[in-house]
Amino acid sequence: MSGPTSDPTAPVARQPVASYEGERTRRPLLEIEGLEVTYRTAGGEIPAVRGVDLTVNEGESVGLAGESGCGKSTLASTILRLQPSNATVQGNIRVGGKDVRTLGWRGLRALRWGEASMVFQGALHSLNPVQRVGDQIAEPILIHDSAVAGTVQSRVGELLEEVGLPTDRARAFPHQLSGGQRQRVMIAMALACRPQLIVADEPTTALDVMVQAQVLDLLTGLVDELSLGLLMITHDLSVLSSTCSRIAVMYAGRVVEEGPADEVFEHPQHPYSEALSAAFPRIGDSAARYAPAGLPGDPPDPQHLPSGCTFHPRCPVALANCSEYDPPVRLAGPHRPVACVLVGEDGRDRSAAQGS
Amino acid sequence: MSDTTLTPRRLTWQRRRQSAGRTWRQFRRHRTGLIGLGVLVFFGLVALFAPLLADHSGIEVTEATGGVLEGPSWDYPLGTDANGRSVLTLLIWGARVSLMVGLLATAISMFLGTLVGLASGHYRNFFGAALFRITEWFLVVPFLPLAIVLASLLGRSLLNIAFVIGVTSWPATALLIRAQTLSIEGRPYLERARALGAGDWRQMSRHVLPNVMPMVFANTTLTVAIAILSETTLSFLGLGDPLRVSWGSMLDEAFNTGAITTGAWWFFLPPGICVILVVMSFTLIGQALEEVYNPRLRDRA
Amino acid sequence: MTGPLLRVRDLVVEFGARGKPIARAVDGVDLDIEAHEVVAVVGESGSGKTTLARTILGLERPTAGSIEFEGDPLPTTVRRLRPYRRRVQLVLQDPTGSLNPRQTVYESVAEGLRIHRMVTKSEVPENEQVAEALSRAGLRPPENFFLRYPHELSGGQRQRVVIAGALALGPEMLVADEPVSSLDASIRGEILALLLRLRKELGLTVLVITHDLGLAWNIADRIAVMYLGRLVEFGTAEQVLSEPRHPYTKALLSVVPEMHHIQPVVLTGEPPDATRIPSGCRFHPRCPALQDGRAEAAAISEACRGKPLPVIDTSEGHVAACWLPESQAR
Repeated sequence: MSGPTSDPTAPVARQPVASYEGERTRRPLLEIEGLEVTYRTAGGEIPAVRGVDLTVNEGESVGLAGESGCGKSTLASTILRLQPSNATVQGNIRVGGKDVRTLGWRGLRALRWGEASMVFQGALHSLNPVQRVGDQIAEPILIHDSAVAGTVQSRVGELLEEVGLPTDRARAFPHQLSGGQRQRVMIAMALACRPQLIVADEPTTALDVMVQAQVLDLLTGLVDELSLGLLMITHDLSVLSSTCSRIAVMYAGRVVEEGPADEVFEHPQHPYSEALSAAFPRIGDSAARYAPAGLPGDPPDPQHLPSGCTFHPRCPVALANCSEYDPPVRLAGPHRPVACVLVGEDGRDRSAAQGS
Repeated sequence: MSDTTLTPRRLTWQRRRQSAGRTWRQFRRHRTGLIGLGVLVFFGLVALFAPLLADHSGIEVTEATGGVLEGPSWDYPLGTDANGRSVLTLLIWGARVSLMVGLLATAISMFLGTLVGLASGHYRNFFGAALFRITEWFLVVPFLPLAIVLASLLGRSLLNIAFVIGVTSWPATALLIRAQTLSIEGRPYLERARALGAGDWRQMSRHVLPNVMPMVFANTTLTVAIAILSETTLSFLGLGDPLRVSWGSMLDEAFNTGAITTGAWWFFLPPGICVILVVMSFTLIGQALEEVYNPRLRDRA
Repeated sequence: MTGPLLRVRDLVVEFGARGKPIARAVDGVDLDIEAHEVVAVVGESGSGKTTLARTILGLERPTAGSIEFEGDPLPTTVRRLRPYRRRVQLVLQDPTGSLNPRQTVYESVAEGLRIHRMVTKSEVPENEQVAEALSRAGLRPPENFFLRYPHELSGGQRQRVVIAGALALGPEMLVADEPVSSLDASIRGEILALLLRLRKELGLTVLVITHDLGLAWNIADRIAVMYLGRLVEFGTAEQVLSEPRHPYTKALLSVVPEMHHIQPVVLTGEPPDATRIPSGCRFHPRCPALQDGRAEAAAISEACRGKPLPVIDTSEGHVAACWLPESQAR
């Protein structure tokens, strides 16, 4: 597939992302096992992440869906050991096989940006307003290998081309670029040291739908072209369904559902995933006309998590004992873990009594 | 009106008191601020209870009983001045003048500065721009020459001194308030107030001013420090009220009567030290207040 | 009442400082909104949709054209706009910034009542009116919220407080600028459902400004698609979103992530800015129909580049501002 903007006349076809079944064995780039992160604050201990397993393989893009307070940003910060100092981390995090938690200073520096990098949300605030974007892209390159100072300009030009920006934009300041262009600069920065894994935290929030499409196309193109691993984090399930091959849905610090992207989006098993999926209606579906779908209440405050199944206060199909009993993960099919008591081998039992 | 209408308002005031209590507790954690507060309270009490601490007749030159520029003794703990008056008495009564003038001048300065700062930040038309230009002009004019000219023109009295200081120090405050106003004007809740139908006065008084107040408050304490220093300077230059004693006038007298050349340290050191202590106490309090308010301003942004 | 509730004709809104090029954010818009209907104005950033909304609210002054509410033209001075404010209210995008952090929920909602002195005019005491407004916005029991500060509430609750503040004035029309874009996915539906409920229970007319087509599909009766200051398509939601006529609308629809079945047409570049509006059809530099030859084939490519399109008439059913013959199909 040619670069995202090289052929303006042809509509850019969306290629299927590398299939989930995996015909060839792929190297795992990110392995998270039993991750638990707790914040120690003056007000007590706040469990932000309460046991998460997640894997991202080479050439694969995995989506992590969740809303505010679910722990997704905390999880992302631990991958590069960027979590705040008052956070206690338990469990295993391996990037490219190396244990992030026990890396020494040298190893950590090599890890950050060299093996894994991040694209943050809100590019306007993540870019230094008084530095030209070309210099900002060059910075990680120079930090990692100061010996290449002479050739860094051409590398910056290469990166800008890679993300579909004209090379003369290197001399621009962030405020001279549009939102979409700034996000592309963030992506160029993330690619600067040729990482294997990219973690994108809400990369397209606040972007227009057309610009969002351009940025998502760019990301999927890069994943294919460079065999990167991509972990995309957002609350917009529809974005994940079109960009990722696998989706994990997070709620109150746990993964409540996981599976192939279109499966999770079209046939969600967990009631929360169902609500998330319904929040972004299918245009053309007459059932969605005048019927906006949402959940009562608010996403839970990690300091005051509900008892039992943390979703039960908002769950439209909660049973009487859901408030006492935290459901273990069951399989609703091969590679389809779902944390709901109503889920069995054939998916969720939808004949169960509504409400409680 | 039924009682229930009052209740939300009354309870809102209760919450405001609670928030003031929280501010106090946060302030308490700053040791330097507490030291400053302690020093200030000490001087404030001295000024307040001056009649109890030293007889007013001690200031009258005609009733002076001591010798000329005598060193400290049991009768006169800080010695005497060139007229035979007790320096300690002069110091105590001088505290009143210095603090009073300082506070009055600050009140004038803050009032003018806040008003002009708010207006020049809020009104985007010719009026606001004109106010801004005036502020800038006043800022550029050097304080001391202007103060001397005004004091000479208006005559020598405490009120005039306070007025002169107030009128020459408001621009710095105005600039600060204006900057803060501009940043608040861009916030959505101002737009909402306009959409609800609020006029300029309501926007400024109910929405901009309360959010600017923390900064005003912290700035006030620093302004008092400057005002007291200014009063001292002007009095030292001989522009103060000749009938009243202030620390600045004591320094002036010490200079004029040769206390410095004769080494009568008990005359010129105490007033200078007192000025330094009081100014420092206000500065420390102001710094502590800024630290208390800034994180909250950041949180609320 | 005959005629539309809100009638906008030939509206032009320009911005420009001395020495800087003039930006025509709104460049000729006709729009009729009927009472009790929900109209969505859809467009990307730079389309002028927010400026249109703010001008309708009286927060911006039109450079040319007219706005009539119930047949009366919009007043121009702040004082005369005040009674208008009671009838048309605003819900902004960012609920966090929309509330004064130093005011309690009670004070925020009572603000409008106090400005318009509504408590003395009616028999109902202020706290009851505030409670009623909070209740209607879904915050129950309202007394629990009276003394809370905005930073103690969740995003959804803050948005409800903003809506309550608007409702307290008893408006006939609400203008909502991206009402749910900064809220979490699972609570968007609740706020949108609230807007629909308010239409049903209070007869409110709602004008929603958004870039989210899914939102428009959820709640809009009619949709206006805006591009660079003009409406390029108008019709019922079913018409515009299921049978789009304008190439821009088609492109927008195709890239919505849920629309797997449509081949995505990702337009290149960014929307051009309002200081340099292209000649002829303002969409022509990015139009796929021009780029892939369909315009040539229909012998209209010269018109696309040079001949300005007329302002579309929103009372004519499903219309699109395009020279292509298929865009005019009835």
